[in-house]
Amino acid sequence: MRFRLTDDQRALREGVREVFARRFDGEALRAAVDRADGAGAGSGSEGRGAVPGAGDGADGSGPGGGAQHAAGGGSVLGDGAGRFGSGGGRPAEGPGGAGGVRAARVDRGLWRDLGELGFFALRLPESEGGVGLGLPEAVLVFAEAGRMLLPGPLVATHLAAGAVPGAATGETVVAAVDGGLVEWLAEADVVRGDATGAVALRSIDPLTPLHRVPARRAAADPVAILLTAAEQLGTATRVCELAAQHARAREQFGRPVGAFQAVAHLCAGILVRVETARAAVHAAAVTGDPADIAAARLLADEAAVRGARDCLQVHGGMGFTWESEVHLHLKRAWVRTQRAGGVTESEELLAAALASETA
Amino acid sequence: MDLSDTPEEAAFRARLREWLAAVLPGLPPKPSPDDWPGRRAYDLGWQRRLHDAGYADVHWDASPTTRLIFLEETEKAGAPYVGANFVGLLHAGPTIAAEGTAEQRERWLPPILRGEEVWCQGFSEPGAGSDLAALRTRARRDGDAYVVTGSKIWTSHAEVADWCELLVRTDPEAPKHRGITWLAMPMDAPGITVRPLRTLAGSAEFAEVFLDEVRVPVANRVGDEDDGWRVTMVTLSFERGTAFAGEVVACRRVLGELAVEARKNGRWDDPALRRRLGRLHAEFRALWRLTQWNVSAAEATGGVPGASGSVFKLRYSHARQELYDTAAAVLGPDCLDLDRPWTLDRLSALSYTIAAGTSQIQHDIIAERILGLPRGR
Repeated sequence: MRFRLTDDQRALREGVREVFARRFDGEALRAAVDRADGAGAGSGSEGRGAVPGAGDGADGSGPGGGAQHAAGGGSVLGDGAGRFGSGGGRPAEGPGGAGGVRAARVDRGLWRDLGELGFFALRLPESEGGVGLGLPEAVLVFAEAGRMLLPGPLVATHLAAGAVPGAATGETVVAAVDGGLVEWLAEADVVRGDATGAVALRSIDPLTPLHRVPARRAAADPVAILLTAAEQLGTATRVCELAAQHARAREQFGRPVGAFQAVAHLCAGILVRVETARAAVHAAAVTGDPADIAAARLLADEAAVRGARDCLQVHGGMGFTWESEVHLHLKRAWVRTQRAGGVTESEELLAAALASETA
Repeated sequence: MDLSDTPEEAAFRARLREWLAAVLPGLPPKPSPDDWPGRRAYDLGWQRRLHDAGYADVHWDASPTTRLIFLEETEKAGAPYVGANFVGLLHAGPTIAAEGTAEQRERWLPPILRGEEVWCQGFSEPGAGSDLAALRTRARRDGDAYVVTGSKIWTSHAEVADWCELLVRTDPEAPKHRGITWLAMPMDAPGITVRPLRTLAGSAEFAEVFLDEVRVPVANRVGDEDDGWRVTMVTLSFERGTAFAGEVVACRRVLGELAVEARKNGRWDDPALRRRLGRLHAEFRALWRLTQWNVSAAEATGGVPGASGSVFKLRYSHARQELYDTAAAVLGPDCLDLDRPWTLDRLSALSYTIAAGTSQIQHDIIAERILGLPRGR
């Protein structure tokens, strides 16, 4: 048994973390939220060419700026990350167009960069142009994406690689119907599943547009559940960092608030949930066992949602502001809990597994 | 990330399984819980068998992964617990191995490994629980002996122990962490009174130990005088490492038994209860994975578990309580019957969030040592 990251896996995680931090930093996140802010229920109806008319203050990413992505080709995640480095730009917009209702958009430049990095083709065999890595690596990379709140239908496009032309390279944005919801429907080039009768709703998460569809029961893909759990783990990790940072820095009564046990113990509780979820998510990625995956999902959902809640509490009044980043993590975590049958389905699966073990 | 056994680990596991299958059917019947001499003999006898089969030092010299395999397989096979050997094998022994002189190691370690001597622990005091360093049991030097006076509490197996790993205050003027000394006290020395301590579960699993001018040879001191706190910390981090690994395996088994019982009595049809069991299933799967994760980390760094042990201990102790609370929900009104299998377990689970560092202390450790928050209190 050697249940820890290999040197290659560690390098992959660090590399991806660095690239994501450069390609989608706090400023980029803020800009994306500002662009999407105020999106109405009908936000999905506009054409893809439409671009927010305002709020694009970030350098190099104004309307008409065109897609920017890394120059060069061939190198992918498996060779060590860093492909994004040469581009160096902010998330780019598509071709400029008339403004409309502002809405969260898939940043096509980012998407192609993710494709070039090997994010979508990560688990495709090298003979099919993929990176040839496995679920353990996918889990590490998705956790980093979740940590940075990378927007877009990441799981759906990743799962479409090899099946939908252009998905692996990031040329095609793929959305998927999941139970009664579709994320990023209007932004997708290809929608997997039956989205007939889709109605846009005003999404609680400014960076995840949502449509309601008539619910159809379908067995959830365990890999989709696992990758969602990985994203939740990333969120949980991030809110743990944010809570601890704030608790160390913010002073009240002449002391850092983290010196008060009531606050310190909230932070410690976040960390305990993160570490437990991490072990469950990584193990599920190694075994691929549906019961392990269901367990990982329950633990990771808990770590992300409760972690974000407690992080918000640690931030006090600042945590309740739009300006703070904390609410974005909580809202995304809430969105992810609705995927793949939700918590109930995973609990029932684990109960059934228990029953069959002892039958 | 690899969860499978290496060839060496697989071979160790196979040998151990084979040996357990051969030896367990021939064990004598378990003594009753209040038969202390019987329990001592039974537990020492088991340690003797382990020793003769080459497994005596699995808690010390084996790699963390090998130790985990040992705990997993012995628990799955229903082998006896470490029992009266706990302090010797998991506290005092490792401390002596790490900090003792060659002479001390030679005197005390072989009898522990061979299943000949029982150790108990004299750390906590009525006035020093979570704040262990506030202990006040006094040791005054008199020639070649320390003269010890004070009282200790929560001492398991004190009635049948040969030795006590004892923390005493040798310098009352020094800051509280600096004036402490670690002694090996022979339990047959004059001046020791042991009084059983009845817990809320009704049994006397612990004792109070009263010390009145007990003479302990200076040669029994491990580490330097006034350096006992550092010596002790070596011991405590062992406690938070793989100490609960076997219990996680046992909890998984109990969970399966709860499912069987719930289906038998019809409560399985209650979706809320069923999902609660499903969630516990996730919890104990995750705790096993966390154990494996921590063990692999210890393997890689060669170090003691440290604060990651606190993460595990905190989560596990609450999970164990939830397990037996759920058992009560499965049993319904029968959960009030002390003759039902899980009722006493539910009561004893209440100690888990208190013993070996309360949940609140574990939170403090995590906040300070992992998250780098300022020291509070």
